Amino acid sequence: MEPQPLIEFRNVIKRFGERTILDGVSFRIYEGEVTTIIGLSGTGKSVTLKHLIGLLKPDAGEILYQGAPIHRMSRQEWNAYIGRISYMFQNNALFDSMTVFENVALPLKHTTRLGRKAIEAKAMARIEQTELAEVAHKYPSEISGGMQKRAALARALVTDPQIVLFDEPTTGQDPIRKNAILGMIAEYKKKIGFTAVLISHEIPDVFFISNRILALWDKKIVFEGSPEAMENFNHPFQNEILQSLESLQQDITGLYSSRHFKIRYQTELVRRGADDSYAVLIFGFENMDDVSAVVGHDAAQQTLRSLGNYIRKHFGAVGGFSTRQTINEFTTILPFSDLDEARRILDRFAADFRDHGMRELEASFRKEIPADQCFDFMISVGMAQGKPQVEIESVMEFARFDKKPIATFQCGVRR
Amino acid sequence: MAVERVPDNESIQAGLKQVAFWPAVLNPFGRFGIELNNTLGAMAIFLARAFIQIFHFKQIPEIVNQVYFIGAKSASIVALVGFFTGMVLGLQLYYVMNKFGAVGFLGTAVSLSLIRELGPVLTAIMITARAGSAMTAEIGIQRISEQIDALTTMRIDPLGFLISPRIAAALVSFPILTAFFDLIGILGGYLSGVILMGANSGAYTYRIDASVEWLDVRGGFIKSIVFAVLVITICCFQGYFTHMRRDSYGSKSVSLSTTSAVVLSCVMILVSDYVVTSFLL
Repeated sequence: MEPQPLIEFRNVIKRFGERTILDGVSFRIYEGEVTTIIGLSGTGKSVTLKHLIGLLKPDAGEILYQGAPIHRMSRQEWNAYIGRISYMFQNNALFDSMTVFENVALPLKHTTRLGRKAIEAKAMARIEQTELAEVAHKYPSEISGGMQKRAALARALVTDPQIVLFDEPTTGQDPIRKNAILGMIAEYKKKIGFTAVLISHEIPDVFFISNRILALWDKKIVFEGSPEAMENFNHPFQNEILQSLESLQQDITGLYSSRHFKIRYQTELVRRGADDSYAVLIFGFENMDDVSAVVGHDAAQQTLRSLGNYIRKHFGAVGGFSTRQTINEFTTILPFSDLDEARRILDRFAADFRDHGMRELEASFRKEIPADQCFDFMISVGMAQGKPQVEIESVMEFARFDKKPIATFQCGVRR
Repeated sequence: MAVERVPDNESIQAGLKQVAFWPAVLNPFGRFGIELNNTLGAMAIFLARAFIQIFHFKQIPEIVNQVYFIGAKSASIVALVGFFTGMVLGLQLYYVMNKFGAVGFLGTAVSLSLIRELGPVLTAIMITARAGSAMTAEIGIQRISEQIDALTTMRIDPLGFLISPRIAAALVSFPILTAFFDLIGILGGYLSGVILMGANSGAYTYRIDASVEWLDVRGGFIKSIVFAVLVITICCFQGYFTHMRRDSYGSKSVSLSTTSAVVLSCVMILVSDYVVTSFLL
């Protein structure tokens, strides 16, 4: 039986004058999940999100929260509902006459009974988590766009909300920051346990943190499902929208996006004979959360980028191609190698990586490690051999179970 | 047998034109009337909702802040205008009264003109120009940059947060600045009438003391409070609903809202001045 959705849109219609923006939009949002709404600009994604928080009301249809229509709630119920939600605006909506600290502390000051010291402690904790401690006393106009975005994120999370709505949280950010913000959302979701609804154009990066994807196209939701299911979605949206949004290469690592990776291996493998084999390598960056916690999200993403680059350069030189599979996992296919050859290539890679690669990774975060803190992480690799007639997903799964460490970093010591 | 007259085509058309003429003429008036009614109703609700949220201890720091912005920061311009208004009054009235041999009443004329009429009106206009326009622009920008929406999503009532402290501050600042204007104006009148033109100093001060009554001062204060409510309501309302303007969007709508706020406030100050005066006299 399907669980009860936390929020449900039922045939929501919204018009602005003569213009229909949403025409019978229906979807569900489940508790504890990250749901991402994708679609081209001006298709009503922000309008959809604003309905959730009551900034807009539907002309027809219903929005249900735990089965109860939100527009028929009593004042008390409505206040309780709104109190559980936070909204991060597309343009941040920070108060330009207040400092970063005052902005973050604002909801605590006005909606809680906390004392001054408790408010300060809580706001500063969020500010430090979002790496803004140094600019806490500055005004939004005095800090960069990326910092403003993080200040808005800190303000959205300071009340420990149950549901957080993110309206294009990564727009206008450089690739490192973009992935750092997405990583931050994923991490806080894990820590605080909120339900997230995101609007994003950052495909495929946003897929790594999303449990469900909603595709808004022609005023309707045309797809509702997992990012993996989106690959097999047969609709004009797939061609017209997804391709225009998805870049050939991921911004952060320079590797193929998973869809282009899939196209590449399908075209490579279709040319191979039934007896030919190929090798799949799965690389894991273990303990990424600890790295982020100590050196910050930007440095952690920079480290991930270094690893991606290293994998791409090394295996690209021997005819392989790679993609980022999940937030901290990479997949490489060696289309012309059997398991023995792949093992030899991997051994050379492992030796080279321990000698040079780890140094490159370390350079990404070395400056950021506080004197009194340290962390461990590990790079592990699993390997499996596949045949063209075998489902590649099962080969990948096999490789994933075979993962063994090739390099470790233990409190400043490379091994 | 009576023959029924069948109207020809021309007379049907003329009849239709006549029927269509009156609605076409009256419709805009009707629409204007409904819109005016709606706007006045919205303003009254806006004011009432903001006013009741003044009485909360959390508002005190922001009220003090706004008193500083509306009151203290307007004091210099109010003093300057008050001083020259008093000087002009002293000068003009000296010439007029000199013709009738009534220069001794210069103090009465200057002080009553200022306390009953010019003080409240000119102070309100100066505050509108300095603080009212800034308020509209600030709230308008907060509206178009979604800062006001952000307050709603944080469960903070934007009216209580943005408007209430400004209303409270205006109710405090307008009467004080009016008194300040009156005082400086009387000094200006003294400078031009007594020191420059040679009217008797003792007569000037004695006449002020003898002719200004508590009722005159009270009338001036009543006016200043009426103007405070009008100016703040109009300026804040224009800024708060700047996104609802049909004639413009974005920053343009902020500039038009600011212009409308200043013009409308000044007009309403003068109109309400007449109405209040007619009740007070």
